[in-house]
Amino acid sequence: MVVSAEQRKRARNVGFAYLVLAMVCFFVFTRRPGDAGFKISETSQFTLPAQGFGWALGIVLVAIAAAQLLRGLGKLSNVVLALATAAFFMSFLAWAAAGDSFSFVGMLQDTVSRSVPITLGAIGGILSERSGVINISIEGMLLAAACTSAIAASLTNLWLGTLVGVLTGMALAAVLAVMSIRYKVDQVIVGFAINFFALGITSFISFRVLVPNRDTMNNLLPVMPIRIPVLADIPFFGGIFFDQTIFVYFSFLAVAVTTWGLYRTKWGLRTRAIGEYPKAAGTLGVDVNKLRYRNLLLAGGVAGIGGAWWPIGIVGRFDQNITNGRGFIALAAVIFGRWHPVGALCGALVFALSEAVRLKIGNFDTGIPSEFLIMAPYVVTIIVVAGFIGASRAPKAAGQPYEDQ
Amino acid sequence: MRFELRGITKRFPGIVANDDVSLSISTGEVLALIGENGAGKSTLMNVLYGIYRPDEGELMVDGKPIHFSSPADAIAAGIGMVHQHFMLVPVMTVAENVVLGVEPTGRLGSLDIAEARRMVREVSDKYKLELDPDAVIEDLPVGVRQRVEIVKVLMRDAQIVVFDEPTAVLTPSEILEFFEIVRTLVGAGRGVIFITHKLKEALTIADRINVLRRGKVVGETAPSATNEDEIAEMMVGRAVQLVVDKHSAKPGDVMLAVRDLTVVEPDGRTVVDGVSFEVRRGEIVGVAGVQGNGQTELVEAIAGLRRAAGGSVTLAGRDITGDSPRERHVAGMAHIPEDRQKQGLVVDMSIVENLVLTRYHDPEFSSGVRMNWAGAKEKAAAMVAAYDIRTTDPSQAASTLSGGNQQKVIVARELSRDIKVAVAAQPTRGIDVGSIEYVHAQMVKERDNGVAMLVVSTELDEVMALSDRVLVMYRGKIVADLDPRTVSHMDVGLYMAGSRPTAVSS
Amino acid sequence: MSETLKSLRFTLLAVVAALVVSAFIIVITDIEALGNGDFGTALSTLRTAYWGLFKGAFGSLRAISNTITGATPLLLAGLAVSSAFKAGLFNIGATGQMLAGAMTGLWVGFAFQLPPLIHVPLALIASAIGGALFGAIPGALKARTGAHEVITTIMLNGIASFTVLWLLKTEAFKREGRDDAISKFVEESARLPRLFGFMGKRIDLLAHSGFIVALLATAVFWWLLRKTTLGFEMQATGFNQEAAKYAGMRTKSLMVVSMAIAGSFAGLAGGSEVLGLYGYASATVAGDIGFDAIAVALLGRSTPIGTLVAAILFGALQAGGRQMQVDTDVPIDLIIVLRALIVMFIAAPLLVKAMFRIKGEAKSFGQTFRGWGG
Repeated sequence: MVVSAEQRKRARNVGFAYLVLAMVCFFVFTRRPGDAGFKISETSQFTLPAQGFGWALGIVLVAIAAAQLLRGLGKLSNVVLALATAAFFMSFLAWAAAGDSFSFVGMLQDTVSRSVPITLGAIGGILSERSGVINISIEGMLLAAACTSAIAASLTNLWLGTLVGVLTGMALAAVLAVMSIRYKVDQVIVGFAINFFALGITSFISFRVLVPNRDTMNNLLPVMPIRIPVLADIPFFGGIFFDQTIFVYFSFLAVAVTTWGLYRTKWGLRTRAIGEYPKAAGTLGVDVNKLRYRNLLLAGGVAGIGGAWWPIGIVGRFDQNITNGRGFIALAAVIFGRWHPVGALCGALVFALSEAVRLKIGNFDTGIPSEFLIMAPYVVTIIVVAGFIGASRAPKAAGQPYEDQ
Repeated sequence: MRFELRGITKRFPGIVANDDVSLSISTGEVLALIGENGAGKSTLMNVLYGIYRPDEGELMVDGKPIHFSSPADAIAAGIGMVHQHFMLVPVMTVAENVVLGVEPTGRLGSLDIAEARRMVREVSDKYKLELDPDAVIEDLPVGVRQRVEIVKVLMRDAQIVVFDEPTAVLTPSEILEFFEIVRTLVGAGRGVIFITHKLKEALTIADRINVLRRGKVVGETAPSATNEDEIAEMMVGRAVQLVVDKHSAKPGDVMLAVRDLTVVEPDGRTVVDGVSFEVRRGEIVGVAGVQGNGQTELVEAIAGLRRAAGGSVTLAGRDITGDSPRERHVAGMAHIPEDRQKQGLVVDMSIVENLVLTRYHDPEFSSGVRMNWAGAKEKAAAMVAAYDIRTTDPSQAASTLSGGNQQKVIVARELSRDIKVAVAAQPTRGIDVGSIEYVHAQMVKERDNGVAMLVVSTELDEVMALSDRVLVMYRGKIVADLDPRTVSHMDVGLYMAGSRPTAVSS
Repeated sequence: MSETLKSLRFTLLAVVAALVVSAFIIVITDIEALGNGDFGTALSTLRTAYWGLFKGAFGSLRAISNTITGATPLLLAGLAVSSAFKAGLFNIGATGQMLAGAMTGLWVGFAFQLPPLIHVPLALIASAIGGALFGAIPGALKARTGAHEVITTIMLNGIASFTVLWLLKTEAFKREGRDDAISKFVEESARLPRLFGFMGKRIDLLAHSGFIVALLATAVFWWLLRKTTLGFEMQATGFNQEAAKYAGMRTKSLMVVSMAIAGSFAGLAGGSEVLGLYGYASATVAGDIGFDAIAVALLGRSTPIGTLVAAILFGALQAGGRQMQVDTDVPIDLIIVLRALIVMFIAAPLLVKAMFRIKGEAKSFGQTFRGWGG
């Protein structure tokens, strides 16, 4: 089998990564005595001996690293990577919680819940980028939608509030679309301008309008979780996936629908074509710019729901800069997932997991400052983008306006 | 069916691309549209295909006026276009590319890929254009990609098929196959418009010939009534030298020696396979071959832009195989790259800056960290005068120059310094005839000054006219070393296609 | 009309357009007044607001001092973004580079006892180096692995913020007696002198000689671009990387060097805030300056003079905005909106043209972002 130099380099990187993980196991995860309690429900928990598990895992990882570097793991490499990463994560948790216990199931539930805005933002990003328009303004769309939907929901009801969020996202997307398609402004510049604008106007509104009028305009009861019968009763997993708010279910649905749409429909074929080589589609009669407008509006709408998640899904109000950079994390999730909806979902879950971990574990005295734990997803993203992803999967035409007479 | 373009005028800022142009095409005939680069042929066809709206004039079908607001309308009316640069999405499959825009759908807009495959097979079987519907475009060779384009067009029931420079990327034998396809199409009741600047081909296959020059129709004729020289004259407006004026070469010492040079792609393919040859002072060695047989990579390896996996490159006796491009410049090598806009120039920078792009580190133009722009401007003015670069102000961006003048900038920059070896890749691609003559003359002049020149070109005519010796490259190897004075075009073509002439041919 | 004059006219019109839209926003959000149908009050709020804006920026010596103080880090950070743009790189990491420079400058500022003539330059050089090293990281990542600088710089900003948060709580950096993330004071000998100190002892005015440093940096940037081989190589690479490679330029090293230069400008911004304005560092020492710097660079079209003018404009808006917030209760966040609108209108001359019905051509930015690469 002919393997390219690039693939070999990547495989070697993965092998070294295993070795690094093994070293971390040996030198860090074995340092704290005690058993860690992982609560998996109200009443039951399982325990992991932190040191023992650390040693065992370290040895296994060295073996895997050797196999990877000497022979390569062939078809199993992705599975092994996933399992090894999961095991490493468990060892980390055991080390951090040694001698103590924490709600493991709560952590995972939290993860799924927190992934919503990132996932929806990433879907918005994928819809734009696959059509050939770079979308840096996800952050702005999320923030603006959070603000307007909070106000609308406080004044009317949750459904109208969400709808207003959707329309807000679409409005900002329309600005991005018109500026970049019709006026041919650089897409990144417009994206940033929209972000600045959203930050400014929402902070402005928050200070000038919402603070003095809090009870009438910034006060609502967020949705309650919906338990899906039967499925929610599955031990452990049921509570994590099937006892969540409607936002969570929607985000999973969005991922599924977008995946099906992109790869199995006429719309998806045309979208992918205009993102890769718009001239091919244009010379066959596809209206490239019209499709880009439509997809951007759709992206904005999805991001709008993501923005509405803050007031309507969780917090019940809008605070200044409530999104705090999640829009950029969504962009990172898009790249992490190689512009594929399911990949982006994985990326979103990874980032959400790090937030959830910090909440549950951050208080344990592990000797590592909490700041470094928070940083972990950023470091991981850089490593992933530099070592494993590259840019070769990006839609080729992203960033260039379509010249059409 | 008869399509007519009547009195078409199309203007762009600063130029009238089509000036009151009329032509007609009926099903069952082949029309050749000839003109040099910039004459307005592609613009006219884009009007016919609905990409451009004409400023004046109209289109007619069977005598009735018709209006195209987009390619979709043109396709619906029966016009199909096979572009010079293929309009195929590299990461998608043949079937996906072919059905794009006319996708067969099932429920909820889902794509019926099985039906798409069937549609592709139906057309490809009918016209004997073999294709695998599930092959990914980026894995396919150029000749096959052209077949995909043709199937695309026929699937939409095109009555008139327009080919824009279809033979630029084909070997001579593939060109013959292409003519067969054209005859099949005509036999099946289609009409064909065939845009080209290759006069011989037009004379071979066309029923009628229209010649465009500077946006106007300057000649309407038929092969039986004309010859190459006449058409060339119509194309350019004056008698054109189709042959390069030169004395015979007086080769001296070996300046550039390439031994067993091998270049391997990251995915393992060997694209330059143990190539060896020499170029002497005062001689022009040409490398002929169809695009994609390793010439690009060979030039890049010689210029230092690509690492050689094996073998060596020697300049005036010194091994430069490991040298960087800068070091090769300094050692006396000049390189005229294949793609002038992407590789040879920074079009957003000024003409002056471009004229020192590869020389700014010379003591003449800089000392240590500081640039000597005053000196650069002076030298630039001299080069502009010496090489007849048509510009009003060298501090303007290079993008303001025409293609031919841009190429002259590169030629001026590379050839006007003290060099031992010049490597020129596609030196006259896409430029007007006047500039072509000029560039060729400069190259011969340098040769006569003692420079060793290597010319790589896919235009066989150019290689044969310029070179003192012709090498042919096929699948990464040099398969022939020929004397252009004694060998025929057809024989060179055979080598280019990987075969060899049988016994003794003329 | 000459090119410079034309683009100046567009800039002016863009600012006017932005002010008009913002005025609209101010009036619309005056909920109480509008709720009572009191249009007059809303309009007078607008008048007071805009007058406060102008007064706070230029209306007094104190105002000018505030403008200069605000413009100083914006100019330096703006140069960090502009210089990277000129090399074809999008530097979103000015925040992180500022923080790196702030920390290194801070440390030299309190770790040594030296005469001011040595201490000040030393601390500034330290902050430039700190920023340069941090800026070189995304450059090197892009050169070696192709990782796009937009993502890596955004991530590095986060990493820098949290690292600084941690550093400020360590024994080495923490101020005694405080448990929050605030650093030791810098030695007096390392402080950048106040600009107006000599003027009748107006040491209450905050403008400091960091502004001089910023002006010098602008001159250096101009000299780099117009007069050096490195600047030529950077710009050639920025316009057309492939042609630069074919011309023999070492484009990979240029990526790293360009980002290092950009980082050094941002590092100086951080250092000047610590050594000139505050005298110590807190977690918010970089604030939003890194992001605002992007707007400054875009507005200034990445040119030295343009960046300078844009930084002063934004510094003025900031100083004026504070006054505006004091005089009315229009929050300073309106300034962010104003800036965003200015950037948008600057970036879309065609839009401004349509709005004001100007004839003739309008040159837009062109595409700075050519795709994710690969």
